[in-house]
Amino acid sequence: MKTFNAKIMTNQSVSTRYWQITLDVSAIDMPVQPGQFFHIQCGDAWKNPLRRPLSVYHYNRELRTLEFLYLVKGTGTQQLTLKKKGDMLNLIGPLGQGFTLPEQGALLLVARGVGVATLHALAREARSENKRVHVIISARTPEDLLTVETLTHIGATVHTVTDEEETSSVESVRSLSEKLIREEGISAIYTCGSRRLSKLVQELADEYQLKGELATEAHMACGIGDCYACACTIRKGNQLKTVRVCTDGPVFPISQAVLQ
Amino acid sequence: MTDLTVKISSLTLKNPIMPASGTFGSELAPLLDINRLGAIVPKSITLSERGGNQTPRVCETDGGMINSIGIQSKGIEHYIANILPSYQDFEPPLIASISGESIEEFENLAERLDREPSVAALELNISCPNLRDHGQAFGMSADTTYQLLGKVRAVTTKPLIAKLTPNVTRIQDIAEAAERGGADALTVANTFLAMAIDTESRKPRIGNVMGGLSGAAVKPLIVRFIYQVHQATNLPIIGSGGVMNGQDAIEMILAGASAVQVGTATFIQPNAMNTITDEITDYLVRHHISAVKDLIGQVNLD
Ligand SMILES: Cc1cc2nc3c(=O)[nH]c(=O)nc-3n(C[C@H](O)[C@H](O)[C@H](O)COP(=O)(O)OP(=O)(O)OC[C@H]3O[C@@H](n4cnc5c(N)ncnc54)[C@H](O)[C@@H]3O)c2cc1C
Ligand SMILES: Cc1cc2nc3c(=O)[nH]c(=O)nc-3n(C[C@H](O)[C@H](O)[C@H](O)COP(=O)(O)O)c2cc1C
Ligand code: FES
Repeated sequence: MKTFNAKIMTNQSVSTRYWQITLDVSAIDMPVQPGQFFHIQCGDAWKNPLRRPLSVYHYNRELRTLEFLYLVKGTGTQQLTLKKKGDMLNLIGPLGQGFTLPEQGALLLVARGVGVATLHALAREARSENKRVHVIISARTPEDLLTVETLTHIGATVHTVTDEEETSSVESVRSLSEKLIREEGISAIYTCGSRRLSKLVQELADEYQLKGELATEAHMACGIGDCYACACTIRKGNQLKTVRVCTDGPVFPISQAVLQ
Repeated sequence: MTDLTVKISSLTLKNPIMPASGTFGSELAPLLDINRLGAIVPKSITLSERGGNQTPRVCETDGGMINSIGIQSKGIEHYIANILPSYQDFEPPLIASISGESIEEFENLAERLDREPSVAALELNISCPNLRDHGQAFGMSADTTYQLLGKVRAVTTKPLIAKLTPNVTRIQDIAEAAERGGADALTVANTFLAMAIDTESRKPRIGNVMGGLSGAAVKPLIVRFIYQVHQATNLPIIGSGGVMNGQDAIEMILAGASAVQVGTATFIQPNAMNTITDEITDYLVRHHISAVKDLIGQVNLD
């Protein structure tokens, strides 16, 4: 983990609400795990004093590039869209605990909205080890479905569901998941981006005895474990424990998640 | 050579820059040279374990942030067994910030830490806006402040630093009460009770509704408090609130501070304290001043 500047190679919109930024990180030599994040200074320190956490979308070891896929939500991410090719970006990272792959068997990734950014990195890692990967992407509209082509291109099997087409209910995602679990030799299930789907994934992991992991989000200040802004509650055995999303997470075993 | 040393009561610091409680931890070690700090100030500690407040616990405002972390703490025994030893390999003296829910708890905490040789001084957080209902704090009453200091004074010989709250009508009254009660120094000040509302959802932007405002936006208010407290008491003052760079630190020193804490700036840039220390040196060189202590309270009012 370190604080560093990186030069922006590209920063462009990929759909109405989402942007993708690519950085040249050739100056640094570091392992980056899927599920880890960077804490990024998005704009002017008066208007946006707090950094924004974005999980790694793609880290290319050979080319030494780092990519993020981000939803333009409020002032911080709006400021980020104003950055141009050649500008410098200040980051801290890589931070937090990433995903772990199953020893064997196929992976099922269940993503909602921008949660697919986080799971994309995992899909790539799994594919690079020749593991089979199924991804269910859920979004509001077909327009909002992200990275379908990229994931297909790397050899993952993508299943899309949307609110607009009325295919994204928890029940539909459950039956699709169960079919995949039964027919595709799924041994591990991962999720990011929706509380309802996290609950579903927790149930599925339990019912089918799968390895399961969840990437969580929390509002952060320091991002490195000092301030306790990002506290969340997890279950360990029979006990509830307060942990820090930034350092103990953001990825947790799905069995530990406390989902109301 | 410029002399950056300052004294806080019997404690000599190698420079005036130290972290503000709650914004610092040993996790910073890879990003900041901790040995270059004037002192180490860990997160406030409570007697027993506490869970802290609802989330979101932070939100951003223009030039600052509101926090309602509460005191997330594993209790004093964990602190002594784990937190204190985690700093033992660093050079700067450690100032332990303690936070009680009653005067007795402050006494117990002070008594317990009095026996710890690694604790150089105690900072009494009598000003946390996030502990008791509606931001009430001990430091809002001169009488309570006086009593609390007196009780704690009786159980420890370590230097006592009272951290005042800015949420008062006349801070001089509280400063005088702390001095009479036996404080050796004052931290001026904790965060300002504040609130922010998301106009889209009409919800408070902090889970706890209200929280404490810190960051660049509060600096002029803190400079004013330091100036007023410096006039009202003889105690050394540690400025706390809105320091982002060396110039801000010098400004507080001119107003009457002997040392300066840095909190929110560390969230923006983890090595902010090192940069600020360098900038103080630059200022002294540029103004041909040999010792930073010569600047304390030297605002020119002519
Ligand atoms: C570990 C982690 C990884 C993330 N990865 C991605 C990613 O890859 N792509 C992506 O688009 N988003 C990601 N997010 C969410 C992203 O951090 C927020 O959308 C972003 O901070 C919003 O900032 P803003 O200024 O646009 O919005 P505003 O609503 O104006 O933000 C105001 C404040 O709230 C905080 N905040 C608001 N929403 C969130 C949220 N969902 N999570 C955390 N903090 C929030 C902001 O950081 C800021 O401090 C991630 C969050 C976490 C915790
Ligand atoms: C996230 C956060 C947590 C804090 N926790 C504590 C605390 O535990 N005890 C305390 O005395 N002050 C606490 N404070 C107040 C700071 O120590 C400091 O006085 C205040 O933030 C003003 O300084 P700054 O503007 O440099 O941040 C906290 C502040 C922040 C932002
Ligand atoms: S954001 Fe500070 S502890 Fe996690």
